[in-house]
Amino acid sequence: MTAYIVRRLLATIPVMVVVALFVFLLLHLTPGDPAAVIAGDDASPADIEAIRRKLGLDLAIWQQFVIYVGNLLRGDLGTSIFSNLPVLTLVKQRLEPSLVLAVSTLVLAIALAIPMGVLAAWKARSWIDRVVMGFSVLGFAVPVFLIGYLLIYVFAIELRWLPVQGYRPLAQGIEQTARSILLPAIALSMVYMALIARMTRASMLEVLSEDYIRTAHSKGVATIVVLLRHALKNAAVPIVTVIGIGLTLLISGVVITETVFNIPGLGRLTVDAILKRDYPIIQGLIILFAGAKVLVNLMIDISYVFFDPRIRY
Amino acid sequence: MASEPEVAVTANAVLSVRDLRTHFLTRDGAVRAVDGVSFDVKRGETLCIVGESGCGKSVSALSIMRLIPENVGRSMAGSVRLEGTELTTLSERQMRAIRGNRISMIFQEPMTSLNPVLTVGAQIAESLRIHQRLPQRAAWERAVEMLAMVRIADPARRAADYPHQLSGGMRQRVMIAIALACNPQVLIADEPTTALDVTIQAQILNLMLELKQRLSTAIVLITHDLGVVAETAQRAIVMYAGRKVEEAPVAELFRNPLHPYTRGLINSIPRRTAAGRRTNIRGRLQEISGIVPSLREEIVGCAFAPRCSFAVERCSRERPALDPHAPEHLAACWEVARVAAAVR
Ligand SMILES: Nc1ncnc2c1ncn2[C@@H]1O[C@H](COP(=O)(O)OP(=O)(O)O)[C@@H](O)[C@H]1O
Ligand code: SF4
Ligand SMILES: [Mg+2]
Repeated sequence: MTAYIVRRLLATIPVMVVVALFVFLLLHLTPGDPAAVIAGDDASPADIEAIRRKLGLDLAIWQQFVIYVGNLLRGDLGTSIFSNLPVLTLVKQRLEPSLVLAVSTLVLAIALAIPMGVLAAWKARSWIDRVVMGFSVLGFAVPVFLIGYLLIYVFAIELRWLPVQGYRPLAQGIEQTARSILLPAIALSMVYMALIARMTRASMLEVLSEDYIRTAHSKGVATIVVLLRHALKNAAVPIVTVIGIGLTLLISGVVITETVFNIPGLGRLTVDAILKRDYPIIQGLIILFAGAKVLVNLMIDISYVFFDPRIRY
Repeated sequence: MASEPEVAVTANAVLSVRDLRTHFLTRDGAVRAVDGVSFDVKRGETLCIVGESGCGKSVSALSIMRLIPENVGRSMAGSVRLEGTELTTLSERQMRAIRGNRISMIFQEPMTSLNPVLTVGAQIAESLRIHQRLPQRAAWERAVEMLAMVRIADPARRAADYPHQLSGGMRQRVMIAIALACNPQVLIADEPTTALDVTIQAQILNLMLELKQRLSTAIVLITHDLGVVAETAQRAIVMYAGRKVEEAPVAELFRNPLHPYTRGLINSIPRRTAAGRRTNIRGRLQEISGIVPSLREEIVGCAFAPRCSFAVERCSRERPALDPHAPEHLAACWEVARVAAAVR
């Protein structure tokens, strides 16, 4: 097992090299002189020259790449052009809200969607099933920002139960954090819940018609045990897969949600960096997001082995 | 009709089935999968239910076990008594306490009947934990003993295996271990060897019969193969189109088959001759011509009439009564006398 994990970890290296190359070329493939692009429309030639030297753009392109990768390996993601702060420092400042939002969304979605999907499959074609399916169609159809504004209107403005916007860091107490993150997490989890509930239902429906489910019933196993012990574990692989796919959705969703709820996270950092064309930040974030995605995929692949003994590693 | 004796024996029955009916309500009408079947199973005996594929054997077994899900649109009627307990009116909870405990079932498909993500030991132990409330360790140890009992080599190690690590024959042994774990009074085996290699088939059947002796479990053995009946059972029931058409002690059934359908089945038992050809006892292999009738329409008269060489005009009009013609020998045919007299 350990050998398998190590092997899989090593296999991510080429992927990350390709990502690094892409991110590196991003700047150089942008039409025009990168230094001029970065400097913006009304920069003087002297400004452009300064940027060029600062970013090492006067070196040969392969030299630049070697330096870039070397920096990455040392944990240096570059320096913001506008704030002159290391990208890593900026990321660290913004990491907590995004991480809290992403994890809360994930936990909320999984904790609600899987029971919903199991219930819908068990009571297939009943009103419960129709409610769950209806909810999941809605979850797909209604965009995150609309759900977000709706939640703000009802729970923050009308009922005044929760804060309208903003984020309270964990350092100020977990309860405050929870209050500030609840609405954004609900808004963001809708589409995700819809996705997971749907896949859970479909996968469970297939498993529930299997012969071994009948065997379990013939042994006198209680329904709840049949559903959870006999069926859900068999249905797990597609569900876990879709949870992994959904994480990509989550990354773009985080950007929108942070904007709607005015949360100073990585999403906002991304939007601001794009608007200002702060390339080092954009590059750093792409590397980070890609790395996170690769890591999640790895964890999901490894989890298959746990769910299904037939999968060999 | 009303006075027809529905079963040949009643005394000492561990399982009594009376007028069992299971219809599936489909879009184009009701499928009468089981249409008024009655029989008794005596303590410790082997009773065979035989008939071509699609005649309602599996549905009968699943109905007795109450394993047909409600949401498929089925209607059920009749009575099933296990040692005097009426099963059809029990709550689902009460029925669960009986299933796998006092009556259990083995299925046709050993490859798919075990849960692929649980070890076979855990799957045997589960029954023991539910019905005998054994703690985890004790249940596991008992599961290993059960594996030894069904003659799986190295049972302690095999218990930790997953089904995909076992062959079909071994999986069916595991199924037998699960079914017998709680020492049930009745074991229903639905074509337990049909999916297996010929060489393995005999091993599995012998194992079942031997364990039956040891545990004094009654077995209801469902098969489409009269050869299996001859080798295993004391009594047999012949089913056709959801109904019982003949019932007799096995020796009597082979000596003196009274229903033309049973005759057809007997004549189509393949025998290997010295030359290796597949023929029947008399040297030719006769299949019953024609096909099993659709169960979607109400069958008036004898369901076998379209395929029957003895059929007379009355057969397609009136349903033949299931009458006794010899001790413990019932047959539902208008022309029993002619059939009995005819040369096979
Ligand atoms: N869920 C179902 N819905 C409709 N028809 C069914 C269903 N299950 C079985 N049947 C029908 O019932 C009849 C008897 O089937 P079965 O008991 O499986 O036959 P066999 O004697 O081969 O075991 C068949 O015609 C089959 O098509
Ligand atoms: S009742 Fe008539 S059709 Fe039916 S088996 Fe007897 S002879 Fe044949
Ligand atoms: Mg069958």
